[in-house]
Amino acid sequence: MTNILIVAEHQGGLLKKTALELATKAASLGGEVEVALVGNNLTKVDKELGAYGVKKVFLLSNPNLERYNTEGFAKVLTELIQERKSGIVLGAASPLGLDLFPRLAARLKVGLATDCTELRIDGGQLVATRPLYAGKVIADVIFSGTIQLATTRPNSFAIKETTPGSKAEVIVKQVDPGSLRAVMKDQVKGKSEKPDLTEAEIIISGGRAMGNAENFKVLNELAEVLGATVGASRAAVDSGYAPHDMQVGQTGKTVNPKLYIACGISGAIQHLAGMRTSKVIVAINKDPEAPLFSKADYGIVDDLFKVVPALTQEFKKVLSET
Amino acid sequence: MKIGVLLKQVPDTETKIRIRSDSKGIETDGIKYILNPYDEFAVEEALKVKEKVAGSEVVIFSMGPARVVEAIRTALAMGADRGIHVEDTGLVSDSYIAATVLANTVRQENLNLLLCGKKAIDDDASQVVAMVAEFLNWPQVNIIEKLELNPDGQGAVVHRRVGGGTQEVYDVGFPCVLSCEKGLNSPRYASLPGIMKAKTKPLAVLKATDLVGDNKIKTEFVNWRLPPERKAGKIIQGETVEAKAKELVRLLREEAKVL
Ligand SMILES: Cc1cc2nc3c(=O)[nH]c(=O)nc-3n(C[C@H](O)[C@H](O)[C@H](O)COP(=O)(O)OP(=O)(O)OC[C@H]3O[C@@H](n4cnc5c(N)ncnc54)[C@H](O)[C@@H]3O)c2cc1C
Ligand SMILES: Nc1ncnc2c1ncn2[C@@H]1O[C@H](COP(=O)(O)O)[C@@H](O)[C@H]1O
Repeated sequence: MTNILIVAEHQGGLLKKTALELATKAASLGGEVEVALVGNNLTKVDKELGAYGVKKVFLLSNPNLERYNTEGFAKVLTELIQERKSGIVLGAASPLGLDLFPRLAARLKVGLATDCTELRIDGGQLVATRPLYAGKVIADVIFSGTIQLATTRPNSFAIKETTPGSKAEVIVKQVDPGSLRAVMKDQVKGKSEKPDLTEAEIIISGGRAMGNAENFKVLNELAEVLGATVGASRAAVDSGYAPHDMQVGQTGKTVNPKLYIACGISGAIQHLAGMRTSKVIVAINKDPEAPLFSKADYGIVDDLFKVVPALTQEFKKVLSET
Repeated sequence: MKIGVLLKQVPDTETKIRIRSDSKGIETDGIKYILNPYDEFAVEEALKVKEKVAGSEVVIFSMGPARVVEAIRTALAMGADRGIHVEDTGLVSDSYIAATVLANTVRQENLNLLLCGKKAIDDDASQVVAMVAEFLNWPQVNIIEKLELNPDGQGAVVHRRVGGGTQEVYDVGFPCVLSCEKGLNSPRYASLPGIMKAKTKPLAVLKATDLVGDNKIKTEFVNWRLPPERKAGKIIQGETVEAKAKELVRLLREEAKVL
């Protein structure tokens, strides 16, 4: 089996959950699993990955890599991939991964599968499963060539300590990102402290039925109790009730949570496109004919402005008991 | 300024997709095609830049079969100046090959700026933009929702959307490749005079097989299938809203075990 390299993302000194997901998955594929972190001052990042089956962690460090840069990251990772002779390179289908991986693939002159939901090995080669046509079709991607790249949709794989107590070897490398052309000069933080929709485990979304921006308060209260992130349908976004960053669907975000609670959302095909891979879907709608009920695991036919506060109360009660 | 736009024609989002019997693609008869929605933002942004910088030209590039001429004409009707149709009959393609051919086409035009969509909603690949940028050896910024030209016209400040409402602000010089996100602008409709004018605007046709060199595909999609159908689940019954809420919470914890 070949070496697998995972490009791990980190934020505020912590590894992102997607890195642990990928490590767990990669370990199950067989072969040596190695991880690369790119940035500056990386020794401060909490990077205990040995328990997830990772053998080596490479810290690719340079002051000019403090902030993400497509070309800088592509250059130092290309060098590492060539040095390590990695046969498979994996990352998250996150804003960073979606930007970086195709650049990396083109530089290495190899193939890439984007936004995959499953990975397996067949005859020593990677087979990546991914949705296309907004999830209306599933297909397998097979590769020609010696290096195979894939990004995977967050929350696709379970996180499990397969080798508890093991330590990964940490190798610090001072790297040269070359001259950088498109340079990030600032980062404007969003208001939300919550995980981004694409990474959230629980999502509560509101549709046109919300009626105005203030009414999202009832969803925020439930989200607070559940540690959930709030989303919206396009109708809610286009009506100005929620910013576009909250939109779930074909022209919004593709999400993959454990639990998706849709409140006052009819279930148009373009909304489904963004959330159909959710593990459990709950629909709350006062119209029993709403199409989403035919795709939901659980449905409540009633006024969301009554149901959601009742849910908030009930969750508060049971979660305080456990 | 000379601004290029990569424009893909894709099936309408409402299209019911049917898989071919050989499991290697979809049935294409009866499909209604539209401009890739993100590419419409790219066309609009190109037109806005043109309006700001006197003497600019907007060139539309689209690769695909004969039908994509329709998409190019739509962009010309919106106000673009000319089109290049890269006819792809006989081309064995994936994102890598599409990017190779498009980069080789763009290279002939001496552009200052290339605008694209953040992804094509058919293959949902989000690959072509960064690959084209790499092949051209130009910088890229993906998923932009704001573009401000520098006063000297040699570059721009762009805002790239990342997770959680956060934006990254980039300084980028021309030439560069930018991909557009919803929210960047509201695409204009083609006016009737625009549609008339579009009919006489220049539209060149090139052959993809002449532009691919000896490059070969790197990936192949096999075993196309429909996703497992989601079945309708339980409608929760109860006398009161409180009773329904209580039952849902119980089911989520005990049956679905997600909490
Ligand atoms: C190219 C294209 C791209 C698109 N992309 C997206 C996308 O990314 N995301 C997206 O969501 N849509 C998208 N759409 C739009 C999509 O087709 C639908 O129009 C949209 O999803 C409808 O949003 P909605 O369900 O909130 O509104 P509606 O369809 O109006 O549904 C509102 C629902 O609320 C229910 N309701 C009303 N009051 C209450 C109440 N008090 N309590 C409970 N229920 C109530 C109603 O019964 C109804 O079912 C796209 C469309 C196109 C053409
Ligand atoms: N065949 C094509 N012709 C012109 N532009 C394309 C083509 N394929 C992709 N693009 C451009 O690349 C972007 C990303 O496409 P993709 O990588 O397929 O998701 C699209 O939004 C278009 O701007």
